[in-house]
Parts: sequence; C-alpha cells; structure tokens
Amino acid sequence: MPQMNIIQSVNSALDIILEKDSKVCIFGEDVGYFGGVFRCTDGLQAKYGKHRVFDSPLSEGGIVSTAIGMGINGLRPVAEIQFSDYIFPAFDQLTNELAKLRYRSGGEYWAPVTVRTPCGGGIRGGHYHSQSPEAYFTHTPGLKVVMPSNPYDTKGLLISAIEDDDPVIFFEPKRLYNGPFDGDHKKAALKWDTHPKGEVPEDYYSIPLGEAAIERAGSQVTVLTYGTMVHVAREAADSSGIDAEVIDLRSLVPLDMDTIEASVQKTGRCVIVHEAPKTSGFGGELSAQVQESCFYHLEAPIVRVTGWDTPFPHSLEWHYFPSQERVIEAMKKVVED
Amino acid sequence: MSKKKTLHVPDAPFRPGDKPNFKDLNLPKAGEAEKPDISVDPSEIRDLAFSLVRVLDDKHKAVGPWNPKLKPSVLKEGLRHMTLLRIFDDRMLTMQRQGKLSFYMKSLGEEAVAIAQGMALRPDDILFPSYRQPGLQFVRGRDLVDMICHCITNSKDNVKGRQMPVHYSWKEGNLVSISSPVGTQFPQAVGCAMASAYKGEDNVTISWLGDGTAAEGDFHYAVNFASVYKAPVILNVVNNQWAISTHKNFSSGDATFASRGIAYDLPSIRVDGNDFLALYSVTSWAAERARKGEGATFIEVFTYRAEAHSTSDDPTRYRPKDEWKSWPLGDPLERLKNHLIDLGEWSKTEQKKLEKELDDLVIKSYKEAEKHGTLNDGPWASEETLFEDVYKKPPRHLRKQRQELGI
Ligand SMILES: Cc1ncc(C[n+]2csc(CCOP(=O)(O)OP(=O)(O)O)c2C)c(N)n1
Ligand SMILES: [Mg+2]
Repeated sequence: MPQMNIIQSVNSALDIILEKDSKVCIFGEDVGYFGGVFRCTDGLQAKYGKHRVFDSPLSEGGIVSTAIGMGINGLRPVAEIQFSDYIFPAFDQLTNELAKLRYRSGGEYWAPVTVRTPCGGGIRGGHYHSQSPEAYFTHTPGLKVVMPSNPYDTKGLLISAIEDDDPVIFFEPKRLYNGPFDGDHKKAALKWDTHPKGEVPEDYYSIPLGEAAIERAGSQVTVLTYGTMVHVAREAADSSGIDAEVIDLRSLVPLDMDTIEASVQKTGRCVIVHEAPKTSGFGGELSAQVQESCFYHLEAPIVRVTGWDTPFPHSLEWHYFPSQERVIEAMKKVVED
Repeated sequence: MSKKKTLHVPDAPFRPGDKPNFKDLNLPKAGEAEKPDISVDPSEIRDLAFSLVRVLDDKHKAVGPWNPKLKPSVLKEGLRHMTLLRIFDDRMLTMQRQGKLSFYMKSLGEEAVAIAQGMALRPDDILFPSYRQPGLQFVRGRDLVDMICHCITNSKDNVKGRQMPVHYSWKEGNLVSISSPVGTQFPQAVGCAMASAYKGEDNVTISWLGDGTAAEGDFHYAVNFASVYKAPVILNVVNNQWAISTHKNFSSGDATFASRGIAYDLPSIRVDGNDFLALYSVTSWAAERARKGEGATFIEVFTYRAEAHSTSDDPTRYRPKDEWKSWPLGDPLERLKNHLIDLGEWSKTEQKKLEKELDDLVIKSYKEAEKHGTLNDGPWASEETLFEDVYKKPPRHLRKQRQELGI
C-alpha cells in the first residue's frame, strides 16, 4: 500500500471525488494553478480543468457565500480557507447562513459545502497562523466539525465530509501535514513514511463522520483528544508508564459519545487535551458530557490540558503549546486522585 | 476556437515558460496627467482613475503638472531610505535563510511606495500599513536595532515576541500594529481619521492594502465610510499585480482599481508606484485635501512585486522567472538615482559609497540587536509576558494559569 503524508492523502481524496462526481468543484485562494500554499490541490487543476479546480479572489466571505450559492444550485463545492485563522471574514456566512439554511427553509434548501482549512500551532506561525477555532463552529447547530490526526483518517473522513449533504468544516492540523508530531520540538521532524497510519489505499474508501478511534487502548485513564494532540497524548502515555486509553475523536460534531462513555466507564478517569484555549474550548463541552453520562463511574475530577487563555504567541510558542509533561502531570493527578 | 460552455475562470497573462510582454498596458507618458485643484469635484477628474500619474520620464527628467519640484536634499533623503530598505531586506532574507528569523517579507520593487508617501506626510499623521510598507519606519527615523530586535524576536522586541517578523508596531512613530489578517487595517484607518475630524484635529490617516486584499469586504467598508463621512484619510491599493500566486485579474478583472473609487464619489487617482516623485506628489495632494476638510482620496499605486511573496513562497511555480525584468515601469530605486544623476546631484560613485555605508550600518545594527538575544537561543520576552496584555490587568483565571505554568 502506498505511504502518503496528509497533504498527499487530502490530494488523493479530492482527486477521487473529482473523478467520481462531476458536481464537485474545488476553489479557494491559490488552490488552482499553484495547487495551494500547502500544495494540497497540486496537479488537480491540470487534471480536471480550470472550471473544476480554481483560484478565488482573496475573500473568505466571498468564498463561503458563493460556495453556499453553488450548493443551493446543485454543486458540491469544496472550499479552502488558506489558514483557519482567516476563516473569520466568513463567519457570518458560515454560522448564520450555511449552518441554518436547511432549518430556516423548512428543509427545502441546503448546501452540501465542505470547508477545508489548516489549523493549529507548532510551526512558529504566531497568533495568525496557529489558531484552533473549532469551538466557534461546534457551538453552531447545523455545522459538522471534523479534525483528523493522520493520513489514513484524513482521506476517509474527507471523502465522507464531501459526500455528506450537511455542511462540514474540515480542520487539517498543519503541523501534522508532513509527519506525526509528539510535542517535542527539539527532536528531528518525523515523516509519515514509516507510520502505520501513513499507509493509505489509492482507491476510494470512506470513514463515517461521528466515529471516534481508539488510538491506544488502556485501562487506567481515558484521554479524549483530537488533531495534533493525539500524538502528544499517545507519546505521553507511552513514556509515562500510565496505561492510558487515548481516544482520537476525529469528529467533534457529531460526537461519538458511545465510545467515550464505554471508555470512561471502564477507566473511571478522564483527561481532555486540546490546543485551543481553555475557556469555552471544546474540552468544556466534553467535560460536561462525560460528567452528565458517567458521573457515577468517575473516581476523580476530570482534568483539561489546553492552550492558555491567551492568543497563540510566537517566541513563547512552546510555553503555550500543551506539552507531554503537562499531559503526563494531568494523567498522574487523575490516576492518583 | 469555440468557447466551451462552462464557468469562466480567469487566468494570469503569463505563466512559467511564457515570455512576458506588457505592451497591452498602454501606459500614458510621464507628464500627461492633469493636476486638479484640491477642491475639485470628483466627477470632474474621473480620467485620473484610468490614466497614470507619472512624473519621471524615460530620460530621467521630472515633467508635467504633478512635478513636486522637490529640493535635491529631499530627493537624496528618499534615495537613502530606499537604498537602506533594499539592503535591510537583503540582509534579513540572508539571516532568515540561516534560520535566524522565522519568516520574512521583502518590498523589492516597491520601495518607493512607503518611502515617498511617508515623506509626503507629517510626523503626526497616522499610519495603518500592511506588511509591505516597512520603509515608513526609516522615514520616521526608527532605530534599526529596534526593528531587527522585532524581526529576530528577541528580548528587546517591542511586541514581546508575539507576532511573526515584519508585523511591526511603533507607537512613537504613529505606526499602528500590523495585523496578518489582510485588509483589516483599511476601515480602521477610516475610523481613526473620523476621530481626528471629530476632535477638530488636522492630522491625516493613511492606509495601504494589496490588489488581492482589495477583494475583501473590509476594502468596501473602508471606501464607503470614508466617502460618507468625508474622512481625512488616504486609502491606497498597492497593485503589485500578484497576491501570492493569484494574479490581480482575480481581484479587479480588466478594470483599474482606481476606478472603484469613482462609484463611491471619491477623487480616485492611479499613480506610477515606481516613480518616487509621482507618489510624493499625489500623496501631498491627497494630504492637503484631507487637512483642508475636503475628505478622502482613493489611490491605486501601480507597481510590481519583484520578489517572492514571502520566505514561504516560490514564485517560479506560477509566474515567469524574470517577469519583473520586463516590467515597463522599471526599478523605483534606479529611477530616482538616475534622476539625481541627471540633475548633477549624484553619481554612481556616491551611490556605491552610500551602499557601503548603509550595509555597514545594517550589519552593525544586526550585531547590536543580537546582544539582546536571538530567535533560537533567546533571551526572549520573559515567560510572564505570555499572560500580559491579554487584558489591561490579568483576571483571576489568567493569574491561575500563569501559576500552573510555574511562573
Ligand atoms: C484574511 C486573510 N486571508 C488570507 C491571508 C493569507 N495571505 C497573506 S498575504 C496574501 C496575499 C496578499 O496579496 P496582496 O493583497 O496583493 O498584497 P501583497 O502581498 O501583494 O502586498 C494572502 C492570501 C491573510 N493573511 N489574511
Ligand atoms: Mg499584491
């Protein structure tokens, strides 16, 4: 089976779906001729033509709003927002329009739009190339929100997202594009070429939205996480000797509460890890839901390990980025409590 | 050839492998554009939105009604700043390649923009630039060491290591903090100008954004508010033909950017962005209008982005390698230099000497800056600064998080 990194697996998913469905078109800033600033759409314009994979004006509000119009009129657009930090000019169109169209029209209209956007830190990008804005969107009924952590899942989830008739915001943790990252920035950068999840079939396959994956089975504590932090949490578990069960949520909305409940009921302990700031982060929602459904199984308070409630800094990036040490400390605290 | 019936998608005129040819630009000659009175009715000068204000002609002479007739000393000052900017950019790029800066963006080919326009303003005029106008700081005398400390993100970076390089902020110089989300500064500049008018002050606000960015909603908010409130603001679209890999055809089609101002009833002028004198002159005119209560001016600065978008970019993938060499409006620095030489005020030897002097200055400043730390080894802004300035005073939850981090 071929090894792919996440850029290649995104490209492969898009390639397959362009081939399969003539109603799919892909557009966004620099995605056409150039193939995207991260090269995710490389070669696709040349292969499928200018009207199927094209550059857009530099206008996120314009991109999302026209994608909605295309979706209303029978297309299945895949829009790219160059960095998720730049999604906010499109916020009104995403949260008030795309999210509510089906509901407000009594089910008459909808727009099957997928918005792909790189997110997260660890690339020295300062606060405008590092944010994790997923919680703004999980808070908006009508949007599905996905964030994969490896090449295999990326392809399968992206195909599902595009084929889904509901709008999906598809976050791609950019620090993982070229290789897994366990949070140790001093170590030489790893590649996906030896990682089992870097094995990606060339052909069509899909992974349903709303199913979490058990990244590492364990008995002592459940770690709920997604995106880059899956790798940080996994390494924290492996190196600490704590037998943690690390769950990669993959999809935040819909959320796989069955897998989460089964795990927490088994371990009786729960740590939640994400890069985004703590206050009103998705971890707050997870914590509340676990508490609501597993209260009598919990043997210790749930602990969150998150980015601080500050903008994402540049020089102090590694003081901000949740470290393995912080994850280990939280797991210990929860296990020993 | 029959057109296939499907969605129209524009293209760039030239791609890698093509031989660029800019004959179709139909550039007016230097000196041709008329110069109106500052109280002119915008509807009378619509021509200026389709023409091009040029002062320096092909023989290096300053011609026509827009000639600002600057003293040689002022021209020399402009040349010095432009030369410094080019040398500074080169040095920073070299250091970025060596891993000493996390990122960098040059202004090659666009040096005249910030420098001529900045020099045409008063020090109390307020600047809302994009990342492509660092030259403003030279005009206002910013210490090079301070600029470098920001670029190498060390302990003396006045923005405390929070932003990527070239996202300067400089309160003393009235340069408002540069943001990455493009275009956000444009309507803010209008509000800033509205506040000056409100307070009865006669300073002017000026802002810049790129051809690509002119597609953002913020662009339209700005021009509309500027027109409605006759705000004392100068709004510039720097049309350097490219927005990363996206040609300006995706932002304006064949229309000029300047022509957009007409619909908002603003005096709208297209100016040769590689012509120091033309830029200076148009900006002075706009500033005078603003100061005298005539309201906003809209300017398209017509130029070419000669370098990669940033250090993360490789333009050979999307445009002909030497496209800049064919750019019919030349190199702004060479043009100003040749004008001074033509006036008998400057020589190639003097330019060489100046370059050496400024190169030494940049190297010396760089060494001085490194005394305050480096990107990779620090010292950086201290750890506790992570939690400062989120709010005026850290609330309880931030104080608690700070303790959690052990600082
Ligand atoms: C809102 C937003 N969207 C996207 C980006 C990414 N980006 C940075 S610069 C740039 C191109 C800007 O081109 P232009 O406005 O022409 O200015 P130039 O770089 O040519 O000076 C893009 C797409 C951004 N910084 N902000
Ligand atoms: Mg541009």
